[in-house]
Amino acid sequence: MVKIIAKGWRPLTVLLLLFIVWETVAIKSGVPDWLLPTPTKIFYEGFNGWFNFYPNLLSTIKLSLLGFALGLLIGLLTAILLHLLPFIRESIYPLLIISQNIPIIVLAPLLVIWFGFGLLPKMIVITLVCFFPITVAALDGFKQTSNELKHYMIMAGASNKQLFWKLELPYALPSLFSGLKISATYSVMGAVISEWLGAKEGIGVYMTLASSSFRTDRVFVAIFAIVALSLLFFSIIVLIERWLVRWQLKGAK
Amino acid sequence: MSHLTVSNISKQFDKNEVIKNLAFTVEKNEFVSILGPSGSGKSTIFSLIGGILSPDQGTIHLDHQVINGKRGFISYMPQTPSLLPWRTIVENVLLGQELQGKKEKEAALDMIDIAGLTGYENAYPHELSGGMKQRVSFIRALLSPQSIICLDEPFSALDELTRLDMQKWLLSIWEEHRRTILFVTHNIEEALFLSDRIIVLSNKPSQVAAEFHVPFSRPREESLFLEDEFLEWKRKIYYSLRKAQAPCSAAYGLEHSNRDKGNTVSIAARC
Repeated sequence: MVKIIAKGWRPLTVLLLLFIVWETVAIKSGVPDWLLPTPTKIFYEGFNGWFNFYPNLLSTIKLSLLGFALGLLIGLLTAILLHLLPFIRESIYPLLIISQNIPIIVLAPLLVIWFGFGLLPKMIVITLVCFFPITVAALDGFKQTSNELKHYMIMAGASNKQLFWKLELPYALPSLFSGLKISATYSVMGAVISEWLGAKEGIGVYMTLASSSFRTDRVFVAIFAIVALSLLFFSIIVLIERWLVRWQLKGAK
Repeated sequence: MSHLTVSNISKQFDKNEVIKNLAFTVEKNEFVSILGPSGSGKSTIFSLIGGILSPDQGTIHLDHQVINGKRGFISYMPQTPSLLPWRTIVENVLLGQELQGKKEKEAALDMIDIAGLTGYENAYPHELSGGMKQRVSFIRALLSPQSIICLDEPFSALDELTRLDMQKWLLSIWEEHRRTILFVTHNIEEALFLSDRIIVLSNKPSQVAAEFHVPFSRPREESLFLEDEFLEWKRKIYYSLRKAQAPCSAAYGLEHSNRDKGNTVSIAARC
């Protein structure tokens, strides 16, 4: 905790300074609120409109967690499959990259046409955004397994299954967590985009309504909520990483 | 029948003959060293016995079973400690057993005590020194259920003093807990101090160039290193190693002359 404060005060000061400059510029120049609200007005709206806002927040959290879990599962399974079956890797890997080149914004309306407004198209959007960093990171981790350790394991008679579970998977964990951190933050973005497709509630819905009625302060509330949520997910992953990969952190000091 | 019988195995990679008609045996509970210059295919011999590679010709028997290309019959201690960094010391020690399906934690803890690593059971490998890691690596091999342990130049990465300590330590443990050991090294003194028998390899393609029964009684002490008989044996093996390495007439002649060592090196290097 002390460490976080010791490390965190610099970016926090910069952020605070930014808000102060923003506030002064917005007031001095007399920009109307619907164009650029001041930070104090945004916080005021966030505080006052909390009861309106928090069901949306909750819905987005649920959606992104569900999407992230699915993305993690699919991402990890894809990585394991591609790692264990090299001939599949050669034929599928390029397609995975292509899947990331299709803009989600273009794909999203299509998904609605095909799958309606239910949960399925939303899950597809979030999973598409989430699985790729996990797959790539895990594959990289598997590939980087130390040859020395692999040689020992094979000489000592480890089966392929033992080689994977006892060596390659734990060895890939640090790398996998880099992917998880990226995916966790992407999952929030994916959830918001998927809510634009059509949903009853969620930050995405709240944002669309706010911007179409020129409630720019509410748009900013949504933006801040998304940022905070991404940061929260990120730090949860970091905490899990610290616990699971503690052998490495101790070694790296 | 011997415990391990290697009969006339050959191995080549593309056109490069690494091993040709290599044959030797290891008896039950015997300590045998394979001595050879670097690049004489020592590691390939282990890969063949360990089953990572299959010999092109010949067979490898363990007791009455042919183990050509079959893995899991040997326990192994590599040149580097090769401990899994996310496992504690006791978990690492248990790894060899775990791969064969049974874990005896009590035995592992006892052995950690005997190895002089008391208090480090739950430490991670990075908290240990190089010598300590090699001890862990050795008891991991010792506790594995296989009947033969293959050690691949296990002390070559350690400094002189640590190496000597480790050799004494290894002997003391082994004299208490006899197992069949096949030890690869390029260090003559190490081979003499540790083994019952030394097999000298020729240059590529590897064959057995000479074989020596080491006469020193056990338990062996450090003072052995300075005894005349030890030094005489060292000279004998040194010449045979030179002869195996450079099969030209100069080296043959030198074997019978009693020149001092410096001279031998310079002449042998020339041919």
